[in-house]
Amino acid sequence: MAKTIIDKIWDRHIVVGEPGKPDLLYIDLHLLHEVTSPQAFEGLRLNGRKVRRPDLCFATMDHNVPTVNRKVINDPIARKQIRTLAENCEEFGVPLADVDHPDQGIVHVIGPELGLTQPGKTIVCGDSHTSTHGAFGALAFGIGTSEVEHVLSTQTLWQSRPKTMEIRIDGEIAPGVAAKDIILAIIAKFGTDMGTGHIVEYTGEAIRKLTMEERMTICNMSIEAGARAGLISPDETTVEYLRGRKYVPDGDAFEQAAADWLSLASDEGAEYDKSVSIHSDEIEPFITWGTNPGMGAGINGHVPYASDFENELERDSFLRAIEYMGLEEGQKFTDIEIQHVFIGSCTNARMSDLREAARVIEGKKVRDGVRAMVVPGSRTVKKQAEEEGLDKVFTAAGFEWRESGCSMCLAMNDDVVPAGERCASTSNRNFEGRQGTGARTHLMSPAMAAAAAVTGRFTDVREQFAVHA
Amino acid sequence: MKPINEVTSILTPLDRSNVDTDQIISKEFLKRIERTGFGKYLFHHWRFDADGNKRDGFVLNDSRFDGSEILVARENFGCGSSREHAPWAILDYGFRVVIAPSYADIFYNNCMKNGILPIRLPEEEVEELLAKGKADPVQLAVNLAEQTVTQPDGTVHRFDIDPYWKEMLLNGWDEIALTFKYEDQIAKYEEVTQRA
Ligand code: SF4
Repeated sequence: MAKTIIDKIWDRHIVVGEPGKPDLLYIDLHLLHEVTSPQAFEGLRLNGRKVRRPDLCFATMDHNVPTVNRKVINDPIARKQIRTLAENCEEFGVPLADVDHPDQGIVHVIGPELGLTQPGKTIVCGDSHTSTHGAFGALAFGIGTSEVEHVLSTQTLWQSRPKTMEIRIDGEIAPGVAAKDIILAIIAKFGTDMGTGHIVEYTGEAIRKLTMEERMTICNMSIEAGARAGLISPDETTVEYLRGRKYVPDGDAFEQAAADWLSLASDEGAEYDKSVSIHSDEIEPFITWGTNPGMGAGINGHVPYASDFENELERDSFLRAIEYMGLEEGQKFTDIEIQHVFIGSCTNARMSDLREAARVIEGKKVRDGVRAMVVPGSRTVKKQAEEEGLDKVFTAAGFEWRESGCSMCLAMNDDVVPAGERCASTSNRNFEGRQGTGARTHLMSPAMAAAAAVTGRFTDVREQFAVHA
Repeated sequence: MKPINEVTSILTPLDRSNVDTDQIISKEFLKRIERTGFGKYLFHHWRFDADGNKRDGFVLNDSRFDGSEILVARENFGCGSSREHAPWAILDYGFRVVIAPSYADIFYNNCMKNGILPIRLPEEEVEELLAKGKADPVQLAVNLAEQTVTQPDGTVHRFDIDPYWKEMLLNGWDEIALTFKYEDQIAKYEEVTQRA
């Protein structure tokens, strides 16, 4: 029978499958960071347990590391959390790319970069954007701290088989439209809870043409669509991305692995519990205007009107959202001015993201009154970007060029948007207070954020800049 | 974790949908390395203004609901980040039961691992509880063994829950200790699949 990649991976990982119970799944890779792990390690200590497979774990520090001067962590509690992770890794033998390590970076950027992320693996991390790794055809999902402790002690998790869902993208993606626009359009169309209880596979010709980095951007935001995980069947693009990376096998072993990876792709005619599709005609450069990632629209649109919402509850949450965001009904997006630009996060801080933004900004200046920063997703990205001279392009334009980390994506370190100010951000969440108390976040692609930095307002990157010329 | 079966308490009507974990526990409180002590930060930015004064009109600041152990909210509760600090804050504040039409998956799991019972009821029933609960404090009797929520007038709402989790919650079992019983199978799996 034709099977989806989701079922293929699931079936390979069942350690115990008893009727009427969740399956006990084996976990191939466990990624850790400083915020969601301390209580899990503490639990091990309290119960006298050890880490079953430290060799299948990999830890880094990303959420609250400073991105200016690495040596100075002003917040004593953050300092303690970072130190605690180093001590825990030492005590339990878990490999760690700490703040000074050349491999350090946002956990979802370094996993793929190092080749730890591979097709067919089950991957977990105490972080919801673990779905990013699904771009490789891995079953990757976020877990809570109790589950982190469970995986550390047993290398397994009890999981009920989720339903499967296909999101097909029909047609060709137009020039000037980014991967971020695709996923924002999907969430705006289907809502932030359409994926609840499901693992999503993205399919269609448009997906096959995307690079690995673009696929990561899409899978990253599966969680914003409510899905447990999102993935894309592996193909030659996947194999070529992984070839030669630090933690993949080489020589014949690589070819063997690659053949196995390709065999995991969903079979022709495989059935999903649910299938939806979106046409490329519906996808243009997108921004969000509200306080959840589903409140978005094409850049040439406007803030909705209360009368657009028939349902009273929806109207109420709309009114709450625009009040928080300081917007008027019907306001044109291109009339909205911004004070901050953040290019970074596990959604959009890889090489291609930085290149796209640099292309827009090259030879131009950040508008007066706008504070703009670039926070590379990893130290590797930072180094490569500097080798290509991108840092010069950004700093010449007036951007700040930072060390890697999560930074203003969730503003746990010192990078915060002040109350009432507006930020064009390439991150993934626009919840109230996400980038600082009272901060107003608008999500968009790196090219769109860069264009906004230049004009000081939301701008259709296709009109103002010949990006794809 | 603490076993849970019967909870009788007035309900707290949190009339909002898509309540995300950033609101449940804001990031500035995630830096603690303990599991406890998060209750006082629950819904911080909805409870307090920038100067730390209580905001009028937010349900947790309404003394009629003091001591409530049952939180009722609208759909897609707990969306957003995987932070378990969210259920820790809910529990530490004093809630043992959440009732909503739907939950984000990770949050739902996180609740059960901490002895919080997340109940799914149909939208109309939640609507009814919210409406009544807002008008006047309403005492609910939750019974996990029976899978029921009972109103003072005797109206009974039935809910579904996975039998595996029901047993875990009723007994307050440590899931890791249970999994250790399968250690042989795990070792065998590692051997057969050459993960050893
Ligand atoms: S960059 Fe943002 S979304 Fe990604 S892991 Fe860091 S905090 Fe989470």
